[in-house]
Amino acid sequence: MIQVDRLTKSYGPVTAVHDVSFNVEKGQIVGFLGPNGAGKSTTMKILACFMAASGGSARVAGFDVFSQSLEVRRRIGYLPENSPLYADLPVAAYLDFVAEAKGVSRGARRSKVADVMDRCFITDMQHRLIGKLSKGYRQRVGLAQALLGDPEVLILDEPTIGLDPRQIAEIRALIKSLGGQHTVILSTHILPEVSMVCDGIIIINRGRVVAKGTQAELVEQVFPAARVEVEVAGPGEAIASSLKTLPGVTSVDAIGVEAAGARDGASRFVVESPRGRDVRGELVRLVAGRGWELLELHQVGLSLEEVFIRVVAGEEHAPQILETVVEEAQ
Amino acid sequence: MRGWLPVFKKEMRLYFGSPVAYAVATFFLFIAAFFFAPSFIQYADVSMRSAMQPQMGQSLNATENILRPLTYNMAVVLLFFIPMLTMRLFAEEKRSGTMELLLTYPLRDGEVLAGKFLAALALYAGILALTLSYPITVAWFTRIEWGAVLTGYLGLLLVGAAFLSIGLFVSSTTENQIVAGFGTFGGLLTLWLLGWFADSAQGALRTVIQQAAIIEHMESFAKGVLDTKDLVYYLSVTAFALFLTLRSLESKRWRG
Repeated sequence: MIQVDRLTKSYGPVTAVHDVSFNVEKGQIVGFLGPNGAGKSTTMKILACFMAASGGSARVAGFDVFSQSLEVRRRIGYLPENSPLYADLPVAAYLDFVAEAKGVSRGARRSKVADVMDRCFITDMQHRLIGKLSKGYRQRVGLAQALLGDPEVLILDEPTIGLDPRQIAEIRALIKSLGGQHTVILSTHILPEVSMVCDGIIIINRGRVVAKGTQAELVEQVFPAARVEVEVAGPGEAIASSLKTLPGVTSVDAIGVEAAGARDGASRFVVESPRGRDVRGELVRLVAGRGWELLELHQVGLSLEEVFIRVVAGEEHAPQILETVVEEAQ
Repeated sequence: MRGWLPVFKKEMRLYFGSPVAYAVATFFLFIAAFFFAPSFIQYADVSMRSAMQPQMGQSLNATENILRPLTYNMAVVLLFFIPMLTMRLFAEEKRSGTMELLLTYPLRDGEVLAGKFLAALALYAGILALTLSYPITVAWFTRIEWGAVLTGYLGLLLVGAAFLSIGLFVSSTTENQIVAGFGTFGGLLTLWLLGWFADSAQGALRTVIQQAAIIEHMESFAKGVLDTKDLVYYLSVTAFALFLTLRSLESKRWRG
């Protein structure tokens, strides 16, 4: 439904998007991830036909975004970053304008507008001026205008920004319900949102696609080995060497006791095994059999956060990046 | 090609949803009244005295003495008022980001432009229609030449359309409403003042400058004369400015 091929966009000397290629299948919901300034919004603006690319091509619903812009624009719903709206219009009047601009026939207009207001929970606010609405309501009016005209493809730039937790849950449920009939591409900073809503993930950094696939595929790409972090009370060296003898274990690394905050007399290890080979059961039996105490055991490298940090920043910057990611998510 | 209609209706709602339309209409009528009232009173005074001295009444003509200067003066007042009608049209959409949505709806750039231009023109025509109350007032007391008066109004409509399209063009080049307003005002004033330089120029240059000056072409309309040369002048200025606006919109897509 969306085919992006070697898309490039430069603003003067600055290249915002460099050689970006990806495909989105019909009915899929794809999350577009990346740090601020990675080129997410630029890519979305090009897909929405707001501006032309400097190189490469993009097709939406089979039409070229540049040469067949009008055909593309008949089939998309676009929510730009920060949901820009006319502050001096009442909600219902604004949506009526959008419906007419999108070519919804006069007879169907009223019911279509009522329908999107209902789906975005803004019916109560329909006579209010948009400028008087809170950020959360404005965001939902923005989403409502994108849904008008029943577009095949929805391009949503940070649809849940500025919403409170309950509204986020409602909007996520709404977006999730759009999958199947509509193809959705959305950008967000909230990584759990992507896990919850999206079928596919595209991570972009500094204008380049650095990873794409489903969440499971990304985890596998980025962390080819399954890792288990374990903390055991007992003699460090003996534990390490016996862990290495476990079937399936490919490597055992001791991590600094102080750094990891382990208890006195305990040691921490990262145990790696091939993906798909779960060594946890055997590990527990081994430790218990030797009479050592198992204090902690957990899998690492499975969350989207870890994947994101790894592909975007490389490991050395991981802690700082994680903090900013967490801050933005909040 | 019906895409202009939603844009037209939206602009009208925005004009009347904010104080802009009311403020511009009120003050335009107010200023026009300042030009109308003194000449009307003076004319009444002179005509009363001429009733006693018949030889003075020879040159008395209400159309020529009251309405002709009024038409010309209103054209000059437009220099100040038109920028206020147009400065918002594109600049605010760019500043607030709504332009991004507007240009991703299935509307041609030309339809967006037509909707905005026609909305501004309709509002202006409405305000102009209100000023018809002055000739109607005069007609209540004495006989006036309606043909000449309406030709003057046609001229005002055309000069207004030219001013509006120039204003739209300036508005499409900036994100700042103040810059759009002053830019338009400065541009229109320059086109007006050009006429003054004509006197110091020679030969062909003098003719060119004279013909380029925007208000000069109002004179024949104000006299009630419909001259093709002036008609073509205003229509081509309007078309050229709208053409430039369309190019300016297009370039936005390229530059992003």
